[in-house]
Amino acid sequence: MSYSTLFTCNPSWGKIEDIPSSTEELFWSNIVENVTNHNFRVLSLFATPMNNALHLVCILGNDTTSLLKISRFELINNTFQSHASIIPQIHLFEREIAEQFGVTVHDHPWLKPVRFEQDFSLHVKKNACGDLNYFQVSGEDVHEVAVGPVHAGVIEPGHFRFQCYGENVVNLEISLGYQHRGIERMLQGGPSPQTLSQMEVLAGDTTIGHSLAYVQLVEAMAGIHVSQKSELIRIVLLELERIANHVGDIGALSGDTGFLPTASYCGKLRGDFLNLTASITGNRFGRGGIIVGGVGYDIDFNLAATIAKQLKVLQSKTLSAIDLFFRSTSVLERVENIGKITKEDVITYGFVGIAAKACAIARDTRKNYPFGYYNAISYDIPLEASCDIFARAMMRRAEIVSSLELIHNMLRSIQEIAIQKPTRVNDVVLPSNALGISLTEGWRGEIVHVAQTDEHGKLVRYKITDPSFHNWTALSLAMREGQISDFPLCNKSFNLSYCGFDL
Amino acid sequence: MFFVLLERLRQGYNTSKYPKIEPILSPRFSGVPKITGSCDLTCKACIDVCPTEAIAKKEQSIAIDLGKCIFCDQCVPLCTHNNIQFTHEYRLASHQRSTLLVTKEVEKIGFQLNQQIQKLFKRSLQLRLVSAGGCNACEADLNVLGTPVYDLNRFGISFTASPRHADGIIITGPVTLNMKQALMDTYDALPSPKIVIASGTCAISGGLFQKSDEVCNGVDSLLPVDLYIPGCPPHPYTALNGLLQFLGRV
Ligand code: SF4
Ligand code: SF4
Repeated sequence: MSYSTLFTCNPSWGKIEDIPSSTEELFWSNIVENVTNHNFRVLSLFATPMNNALHLVCILGNDTTSLLKISRFELINNTFQSHASIIPQIHLFEREIAEQFGVTVHDHPWLKPVRFEQDFSLHVKKNACGDLNYFQVSGEDVHEVAVGPVHAGVIEPGHFRFQCYGENVVNLEISLGYQHRGIERMLQGGPSPQTLSQMEVLAGDTTIGHSLAYVQLVEAMAGIHVSQKSELIRIVLLELERIANHVGDIGALSGDTGFLPTASYCGKLRGDFLNLTASITGNRFGRGGIIVGGVGYDIDFNLAATIAKQLKVLQSKTLSAIDLFFRSTSVLERVENIGKITKEDVITYGFVGIAAKACAIARDTRKNYPFGYYNAISYDIPLEASCDIFARAMMRRAEIVSSLELIHNMLRSIQEIAIQKPTRVNDVVLPSNALGISLTEGWRGEIVHVAQTDEHGKLVRYKITDPSFHNWTALSLAMREGQISDFPLCNKSFNLSYCGFDL
Repeated sequence: MFFVLLERLRQGYNTSKYPKIEPILSPRFSGVPKITGSCDLTCKACIDVCPTEAIAKKEQSIAIDLGKCIFCDQCVPLCTHNNIQFTHEYRLASHQRSTLLVTKEVEKIGFQLNQQIQKLFKRSLQLRLVSAGGCNACEADLNVLGTPVYDLNRFGISFTASPRHADGIIITGPVTLNMKQALMDTYDALPSPKIVIASGTCAISGGLFQKSDEVCNGVDSLLPVDLYIPGCPPHPYTALNGLLQFLGRV
């Protein structure tokens, strides 16, 4: 008996009735089988009402074959059996399901709140934010350090609990949720005039990554065609976003090692890349750049030439500023062999993006599940292998280089045909009772959006998975047995999103 | 060391001449809107498309609330009378919520100097930032004020880690329920007299999250706000200009 629906491209959608509803047993045994023996991993796992009953929906992806498998089953008595011990990469998904729908998850290793949000149907918060049963270590010389939610810098809030033995960290537990704005629930009933704008602010530094995931999904479901030039401009925007953030991150890492030259140059250069984005969309974060049916702003011949010229200047300044950082022995001492995770961790816990690629695991949506114009170009994923802070910094350098090249290629292909700016369609008509999935590669890694519509084609469920959802666990692991004084650097080397996780 | 010096030469001098010389912004930047002409009484095209309910009808014409506007420009092409244009005027900040309402008569956002604030903080202002549920773009663009380009420190303004060392608190985000307590605790930890700055549409009105039951729709209902800096996110020059105006430095 078939238990799942197969999608072969990104984005894709299908009618819900065409996704066979299996039994709980079959649902799990197939996931376990696919994950353990066939190289699949869990891209998304969530609860949603379908035909008046709560269902679990799982989306598996195979990075080599690009296949996406979708399966579902109806929850009986609002409970299910946890499989987090067998497939640790779903531990957080299971916790999320329990929190969002009040589902009882039997035998979960440690069922805790995820972001202290209200139950989707009861609208109650069970715990105050941060009120958590933290993992604790006891014994002589063991002490606890608690940091946050308000931190020293100009950054987002989160709470960190270190269990320390002397200077060494035995365990770090991260409790988030302070940025929780209830976005998934707000999206229900859309698409509406707010929807696209809300996608742009899921995580402000990933405006393009998230808005692209959304519009792709809507375009696929509504059958909207996008011109080739628009696809090209989308890539320019997405890669500019990647470069700006990576440059900023290397600057921040440099600042935390106390190496100020690169910190200050990169701080400035990041702004220059943001200003390039602003030269296209008027906004430094690319707001309004990606819209349903195309792009909000054209790049004509002149603008393409200006951008290409500025990129050349920025390119040499950026690379020389970064190389100064990698040449400094005082820097290397702080980043080499520190904050290590392992390749096995990546596979076990399902880490994505920079964290995975710095462990020589080629997880990159642009290659694995190509979307838009990436289908037309070949893209080699740069990799690093030392799994430490150094590797994650080097990964950023490598991606800056490859993204610069991508943008140059795109700009060269830009032709003097002005794009028809589509009028912003805020009331797109989506097919009824359908489920669609869309993936993009944001600068932090894989972004997954899943949309489900009701009988009127309105969104009943919109599931968002930011790369940070998976990767916060990586930071915890990287700190084990490390020194507490290495935390700021380790943290910056991942530079995860609080709001992208908290939603 | 040699390479460090060489690089210093290569990167050149980066600090802008602002406020002596006006900044150059992207020609596509949207600042203060200009409202012209009058409307058809029944037309609601701009109102319907606005994602944050920033537009309302006012005396044969419309008013745009910059405390809610996210400067998405969507309303512009929808007006059949071409009544809405966004200018490049980046000076958006104000001391008063009501001044952010732009009508046909408004050309420029008004700003009234507060003598006492000027007297106390003109030469030195230490700010504690609290991020309370935004998208992090507001924080990111406040952070850049510390880079050599804007070099906030040259004006005697800086971000400080401890609320005990701060003269004021600058808040981004709509204030989520989950962050409310921590925000109030931080505010209480500041010594008096203290000032409150709401930076970004979220912090002023809840912005794109105003319909959520997980947020407080901005700072106004919780704390007395002394300075509003509109924008989603505010351009760094908008924020810088706002702070300098506030201190009577420009
Ligand atoms: S530019 Fe401002 S007023 Fe116009 S639609 Fe956008 S948010 Fe509304
Ligand atoms: S005002 Fe806009 S940019 Fe600032 S936090 Fe809110 S959504 Fe983000």
